[in-house]
Amino acid sequence: MLTCKQFLQELNDYLDPNTDPDLKRKLQSHVTECPNCFVIVDTTQKTLQVYKGVEPQTIPDDVKSRLWKALERKIAAKKQAQS
Amino acid sequence: MTYSENWMSLTPTTPVGSAFDESALVAKAKAGDAQAFSDLVNHYERKIYRLAKHITQNDEDAEDVLQETFLKAYEHLENFQGNSKFYTWIVRIAVNESLMKLRKRKSDRTVPLDEPVDTGEEMVAREIAVWEDNPEQRYGRDEMQEILNSAVQSLKPDFRTVFILRDIEELSTEETAETLGISIPAVKSRLLRARLALREKLTRQFKRKGEDVFAYL
Ligand SMILES: [Zn+2]
Repeated sequence: MLTCKQFLQELNDYLDPNTDPDLKRKLQSHVTECPNCFVIVDTTQKTLQVYKGVEPQTIPDDVKSRLWKALERKIAAKKQAQS
Repeated sequence: MTYSENWMSLTPTTPVGSAFDESALVAKAKAGDAQAFSDLVNHYERKIYRLAKHITQNDEDAEDVLQETFLKAYEHLENFQGNSKFYTWIVRIAVNESLMKLRKRKSDRTVPLDEPVDTGEEMVAREIAVWEDNPEQRYGRDEMQEILNSAVQSLKPDFRTVFILRDIEELSTEETAETLGISIPAVKSRLLRARLALREKLTRQFKRKGEDVFAYL
């Protein structure tokens, strides 16, 4: 049986769907028997979920318009250099 | 100066809901099609801005990074080989620009670089408690954003950057290692520490209240 500390070291492997099945089984048996690590796994997964659920904020209008003006200048300069 | 005409020519044409074909747009842009390039910018600007804001934690720097990223991408488009995805390529530019900003601020000493008290080095899981159901619904959008941002902000830049690239931008371990110029084991260990530190912070925020009271009933 793994210790909690050992399990914690392997937490990312446990969460990674591509982890080797043997290792996964070993880790799974710890989670099944250890309520603390069960909670840690659950709350780590939820942590990742809430971050993934965040939509990129819209860019403030003034920031956006400065970006496009800068791009426009750049493109115009490149065209001029080529002609 | 026909600013407005040029401006009009740069408005994105990709209709909402239509398929976004990155490689086709990149090929066109490389052939000199400015419209194709602006479609790419339009598609990725929000993600690049978010990335820059997360890493630099500063509005002004994030704006500079946003501009520099797309200007450099345009300038060096011919050098883009297409071995990697265009998005990964611009992320790499944006990360480098952001890290340069961080380093500059550090050397300026005008803004203290965050030195968090309780995250980073140690691998810990002290807060062991279940979360309340659906915190996303309990907090407003802005409040939730604020909670998540301040947790990320509290991480040291090294850990923060790895977390952002792996778990928010969804780069692979290899891509993250390459982008940051660090080893794969370093990416893995920083990611683990970052995830645990964030879990710790968010658990403090989202843990189910009143659990103790329950225990005595
Ligand atoms: Zn355990």
